[in-house]
Amino acid sequence: MKGRTVRDTYRGRQAWRLLVAGGAAVALQGCSLRVLDPAGPVAAGERTILLNCLAIMLCIILPTMAATLFFAWWYRPGNYKAKRRPDWSFSGRVELVTWSVPLMTIIFLGGIAWIGSHDLDPAKPLPGNKTPLEVQVVSLDWKWLFIYPEQKVATVNQLVVPAGTPVHFSLTSNGVWNSFFVPQLGSQIYTMQGMTTQVNLQADREGSFLGLSSHLSGEGFADMTFETRAVSDQAFASWVKGAQAAPQNLDDDAYKALSKQSSKNPPALYRLADDGLFGKIVGHVLPPGPGPDKGEPTPDVHPKQGS
Amino acid sequence: MLGKLTLAAIPLDQPIPLAAGGVVGLIILGVLGWVVFAGHLPYLWKEWITSVDHKKVGMMYVLMALVMLLRGFTDAIMMRTQQALAFNAPGYLPPDHYNQIFSAHGTLMIFFVAMPFMIGLMNFVLPLQLGVRDVAFPTLNSVSFWLTATGALLVNVSLVVGEFQKTGWIPYPPLSELTYSPGVGVDYWLWSLEISGIGTLMTGINFVTTILKMRAPGMGYLRMPMFCWTALATNLLIVAAFPILTAVSAMLILDRYLDFHFFTDTMGGNSMLFMSLIWAWGHPEVYILILPAFGVFSEVVSTFSGKPLFGYRSMVMATMAICLLAFMVWLHHFFTMGAGADVNGVFGIMSMIIAVPTGVKVFNWLFTMYGGRVRMTAAMLWSIGFMLTFVVGGMTGVLLAVPPADFVLHNSVFLVAHFHNVIIGGVLFGAFAGYTYWFPKATGFRLHEGWGKASFWCWQIGFWLAFGPLYITGLDGMTRRLQHYDVPEWRPWLLIALVGALTILAGIGCQIIQLVVSIRNRHELRDLTGDPWDGRSLEWSMASPPPVFNYAVLPDVHGEEPYWSIKETARGQQHLADLPNYEAIEVPRNSPTGFVCAFFATLIGFAMIWHIWWLAIAGLVGAYATFVVFAWRDRTEYEIPAATVAAIDARNRQARSQALKELETAS
Repeated sequence: MKGRTVRDTYRGRQAWRLLVAGGAAVALQGCSLRVLDPAGPVAAGERTILLNCLAIMLCIILPTMAATLFFAWWYRPGNYKAKRRPDWSFSGRVELVTWSVPLMTIIFLGGIAWIGSHDLDPAKPLPGNKTPLEVQVVSLDWKWLFIYPEQKVATVNQLVVPAGTPVHFSLTSNGVWNSFFVPQLGSQIYTMQGMTTQVNLQADREGSFLGLSSHLSGEGFADMTFETRAVSDQAFASWVKGAQAAPQNLDDDAYKALSKQSSKNPPALYRLADDGLFGKIVGHVLPPGPGPDKGEPTPDVHPKQGS
Repeated sequence: MLGKLTLAAIPLDQPIPLAAGGVVGLIILGVLGWVVFAGHLPYLWKEWITSVDHKKVGMMYVLMALVMLLRGFTDAIMMRTQQALAFNAPGYLPPDHYNQIFSAHGTLMIFFVAMPFMIGLMNFVLPLQLGVRDVAFPTLNSVSFWLTATGALLVNVSLVVGEFQKTGWIPYPPLSELTYSPGVGVDYWLWSLEISGIGTLMTGINFVTTILKMRAPGMGYLRMPMFCWTALATNLLIVAAFPILTAVSAMLILDRYLDFHFFTDTMGGNSMLFMSLIWAWGHPEVYILILPAFGVFSEVVSTFSGKPLFGYRSMVMATMAICLLAFMVWLHHFFTMGAGADVNGVFGIMSMIIAVPTGVKVFNWLFTMYGGRVRMTAAMLWSIGFMLTFVVGGMTGVLLAVPPADFVLHNSVFLVAHFHNVIIGGVLFGAFAGYTYWFPKATGFRLHEGWGKASFWCWQIGFWLAFGPLYITGLDGMTRRLQHYDVPEWRPWLLIALVGALTILAGIGCQIIQLVVSIRNRHELRDLTGDPWDGRSLEWSMASPPPVFNYAVLPDVHGEEPYWSIKETARGQQHLADLPNYEAIEVPRNSPTGFVCAFFATLIGFAMIWHIWWLAIAGLVGAYATFVVFAWRDRTEYEIPAATVAAIDARNRQARSQALKELETAS
């Protein structure tokens, strides 16, 4: 009995230590939350708007919370100092304040939202003299295909862009919806079958960033992550050269094979056989993803084990 | 013969759902067995199942919500555990199962916990506050309840027969189309929502009619208690929004069953249409849930501050403004679809505007407390907890309404934290406040205060522990619905979130204990006067529980707080109002229509899910026959003689004059 208690205490202590260590790590990391640690102009603009709006609203929220606590405490039954006004239920002046404070705040925030939604419209080209790099993105079940039509290369689950150059992404899906999202670069955007969406992003510094899908797409969804590497212009050029010499060639048949459901695909490089591949996918010239092997409703609806 | 249904549909190789289903099945069988063998079946049938009394229907709604809360919360704990374990590891739930869990969690919590809880409270309280004897269509009310129960039943059947949907709580095409979801999971969702959605729509029609046409003499619109106003707004929203849900589900059914192409993205269909339609229902839906909660808080804060609600007319205006604006914001659910800056900007601003009437409400509750005598009962604790929690949820909501901020937060766990912040901190706290507040009216005894307060603290602390971390991981780029992940920075937060979920579990435990303790101590907790909280609206003027006909004589309303003024008069004159003239009262007869209808609806739903066509036709014929039998009934009401009414009311008057005498001797 006693031994068990001791062990439990020990375990408890371990848990505490873990919690404290975790807390400290978390506090240190607090300032480097991805959305608040932008690596490009779009993400930086979005962070500014996010923090500004938060600060503006806290100016109202915090006093309201304080007043709630204070009133609840001050007007407790036992407080003889509190002045009771049991019939007081209307005051034009107070009403004016209760309506105008939220109204003014929202007018202010609305302005920020309106201007921000125009400044940071995903379709809006980024300022600068550099010609944007064109990258076409296709979400497949359950991996990402990145096509560089100008460089005639393609990759799976790996996005390489030159730092300091704007990138124009055209996006589609071969089947179900996904959302293309690199938190440190900014704006996410849906990928939808038979349709093209677009987003302009740019990395200002070199580095490796987490990319993921932000819209549930089925069983392999959690594995739809990809590394986004922003590299120098030289490194990008040499990466392209290497990719152009890749053994695998991405043609219609290779795409169809890729289009079948699979997950946890390691990053891969392809030569691009046809720079019109993206258009063929959007235009349904190439068939949409086939979905699960059992495309028909069969009696066997038994949930598949694992993935 | 049995369509797609074979023995293979029962997941014998999956121990978790099977064990869970087995335990639930055993409990149900146990309860049924006990009911039958102890001879309670006739009582249950006469007093509850076939009852069309709005009070009993309301209580059954709330009971169903509480039971489904347990089921939905089990899913929540499983999700939190999975995410706590699944760092660089598969966890214990394969993606296939995990996806069913979060889809079921959302579906259950919205449709079969939050909705029935609110509808249950409205059912119970509305006619009492309006000073009338029942809702406009009592039998329809019972049908609504039983159809909702059918929906809940079908979702739970999917636990052991087949599977539930894996597409999230909303079946977004093309993922929910036959190509990508060939199983029966999506069909379970579609049919259970088609059936329960009809029930909800009929509730909406019923309550709108009740409020517009059936108020006590003298109760003009601007004399209705705040809860009635919020109920009116909610039910107007139900009437306008639920047909959209029914239609969009029907369209997806056509896609899946008859090879239509509404949402397929091929052959001319487009999935964006589904997104737009579902949120045209979905956003009003969140106001359908929160408005009655606002009503509850208005009643509770006013009662326990011992003051009339501050700025009543402002509150009415704010409520109706929310009702109207609710329909103009749905596009903010898909800013990231690429609609363009103007569209995003307009809908962003529209969404923010809702914060204005909501802010006004918060300020008005604040000023209701100002100058009052604030009694910190459990119901009041839930309300104060709400005011503190909900403003944060509102703030993050406005943040998400700013399109550029949404671009980086959309679909993240920040969003998950936001809507749990408003749904737990708003809707659920409101439901619990209302449950605590009106429990003595419904049952005749109060709930144990201590356990209620303990439960509040567990919920309040647990909520912040569970969802505070999600706000942070959301800012760290974590998206929702991840079965596993390999980002080390998220791990500690998800462990804290699990601790939060366990704290909430303790809160639920306290609520169960509270119910048991209260029932066991019901004699000490008995509400003798019918007015345990020193209430202000009409429901507190009658005995607890109220007689089947509610009011012996319909009240004559002269102001905003009719019962408060009656009490003031009685206190001033030191005796009750004069004995009224009692007349015989006609009360609607019990009817098994609702139960039988739901039985056939269950058959139809189950048969359609499994493609058992003959059974579906049989169900339809049965449902139609039920309708015909009901339509050709010849006796609809029975009469309670004046003497009985007088005798029942005499007891209520006696309790009240006793209370008045005690008040005199005390002063």
